[in-house]
Amino acid sequence: MNISLLQIQNLIIGYGSKAIADKLSAVIPSGELICLLGSNGTGKSTLIRSICGFQPVLGGNVLIDKFDVHTLSERELSKQISVVLTDRVVVPNASVEELVGYGRSPYTGMLGRMNTDDKAIVLNAMIECGIVHKRDCLLTSLSDGERQKAFIAKALAQDTPLIILDEPTAFLDLPARVEIMQLLRNIANTSGKSILMSTHDLDLALQLSDRLWLLQNGGSLITGSPEDLLLRNAFQSMFQHKGIVFDNKTGLFKVKHTQSTQVAVKGHGFEYVLLRRALARKGISITKAYSYDSNRIEVINDSKNPFSIYLDDECIVSEESIEAFIKQVLLMQKLLVEKKRSCFLS
Amino acid sequence: MRSILLRKSILIPVSILFLLILAALNLALGSVRIPIEEVVNIILGNDSSNIIWENILLRTRLPQTIVALGAGMALGVAGLLMQTLFRNPLAGPSVLGISSGSSLGVGFVLLLAGQVWGFSFSRLGIWGDLAVIIASLGGAFAVLALILFISNKIGGTLSVLIIGVMIGYLSNSIVGVLKFYSMEEDVHNYVIWGLGSFSRMSVDRAYLFAAITIIPSILALFLSKSLNLMALGDRYASNLGLKIKRARLLIILCAGALTAIVTAFCGPIIFIGMAVPHLAKLVSRTSNHLYLICNACILGAATALLCNLLARLPGMESELPINSVTAFIGAPVVISVIWKKRKENF
Repeated sequence: MNISLLQIQNLIIGYGSKAIADKLSAVIPSGELICLLGSNGTGKSTLIRSICGFQPVLGGNVLIDKFDVHTLSERELSKQISVVLTDRVVVPNASVEELVGYGRSPYTGMLGRMNTDDKAIVLNAMIECGIVHKRDCLLTSLSDGERQKAFIAKALAQDTPLIILDEPTAFLDLPARVEIMQLLRNIANTSGKSILMSTHDLDLALQLSDRLWLLQNGGSLITGSPEDLLLRNAFQSMFQHKGIVFDNKTGLFKVKHTQSTQVAVKGHGFEYVLLRRALARKGISITKAYSYDSNRIEVINDSKNPFSIYLDDECIVSEESIEAFIKQVLLMQKLLVEKKRSCFLS
Repeated sequence: MRSILLRKSILIPVSILFLLILAALNLALGSVRIPIEEVVNIILGNDSSNIIWENILLRTRLPQTIVALGAGMALGVAGLLMQTLFRNPLAGPSVLGISSGSSLGVGFVLLLAGQVWGFSFSRLGIWGDLAVIIASLGGAFAVLALILFISNKIGGTLSVLIIGVMIGYLSNSIVGVLKFYSMEEDVHNYVIWGLGSFSRMSVDRAYLFAAITIIPSILALFLSKSLNLMALGDRYASNLGLKIKRARLLIILCAGALTAIVTAFCGPIIFIGMAVPHLAKLVSRTSNHLYLICNACILGAATALLCNLLARLPGMESELPINSVTAFIGAPVVISVIWKKRKENF
């Protein structure tokens, strides 16, 4: 399975004489789902367009099946790479089936008539993408997610070893994003086709892709399996930004809250984690409560009122809901501050 | 699904029948009442009892019907090609300044020749007509080349449309200057040419005209695959194996040639080229240009025949200029399309 399908070698991409990124080298093995990640302006779309042959490269090669993409004719290339673009296409009166049918164009004759084989391939592509029930609907009547599925079906019908998608999940809501990603995952698994997609959904990319391409701000490309990249700490440098921290253990970004005060908490488990998150939002960080902490919060899991505040080892309030409890914690903090001040004054 | 197939298979025979009825009405109706059995008799080549009726039918109504048929077909197809190429529902031969180019070319020949060589072109008979046709073709293609150049350089459809309208104004003003310095006879000829008419040709020339409009209109079917892909946008089209530049050139050549031929023989006919494509898209809900071109052929011919019929409604002494009738039919069609679009968009 691991024969390399597409290779980019020392690729320099950019416009005119201005290079955006250079010395890019990577491979796409057969049957893998690869996600291209990078913050805005790093040249993701430019790289995608250069690989598709839409845009001339400033140097280096894109080799597919040993041929340079930029020397192949449109017809030859159309049987190697199919694309799903961000271009918003408004084709008047086009039904889903017609769009998917246009995917067969590289194989049909002068008039574009499809034979029975072509029609079967189109039908299968629509079934695989779960859009067959909408085959007679106009593209303009579809939701964003359905339209994306129709375009993926078009790419499938084109029957190329490589499918390239430019941000297929942008503009979609979360369920639709997950659905599209899982669809692409299935296509890679069952058909042996390779898929390269650019995306901003890091969490989905980490869970679903075989390999990531990280386009760095400096214009270099780091590639590897998501897990290896986590081991190599590759993400921290990529999304370096104030207010964001990347948690290697969960593979998720976290908003970095500025913490001003601390509070001691005794407890563990799900309720504890939720409380910690809610407190972090208010700028309160948590320390582990030791036995000598007389002022503390206790979390008792699975009880009726799991969250309690202790002042001088005395339970003064218990709450069921975190929202109400947070208000109490804030009150308590004010109280403690005033208490300290009055101690100091007397 | 079944009903769509049924509709597709029934549509073309029904509209051809409709077309034949319109053609028959064009032959049968006019300011002179001719009994229907006589009309049939004369058209079938039998001798008629009335030589005047025979003359009216064979010298006036028959060539008019044939010319209207060919011109309508050509303009409908040319408009469809333009609308798809520029992805603009308001594109059409006259909007893009192609017929203005023709007018300018004809203006130069009809008006300037008298000044430079001191004779009126209208006295040259067949050679004069040929010069008008060549000038019309030359003007149309010059504008086409310019429009194509601009659309390549700037890209925006709106700017292309504006340039087209500007070319229209420009050629009008040049023609105005030419008129000012021309012989009265030439100006009169030019004005008559500009009003548009289906009734300038003898029956022999009408057959020739029909051949050089109907054959390219039907040959446009071979562009249907290119048009289908172009409708998806340049990148998708190129990815599906289409040589964009060649396809664009062929489409513009075909549409431009059709427009130029019609304009050369009939003068600038407005609105048919813009309104018919909308009718063609309205009657069959498809984006496949194989069907749309057929529809545009039939509906274009039918619309022109209808306009010709209205231009010489029975009971009227003289014929109306054809352009006043086409605008009367075309404008409501275009307005209704805009109205419908507005509803779809919101």
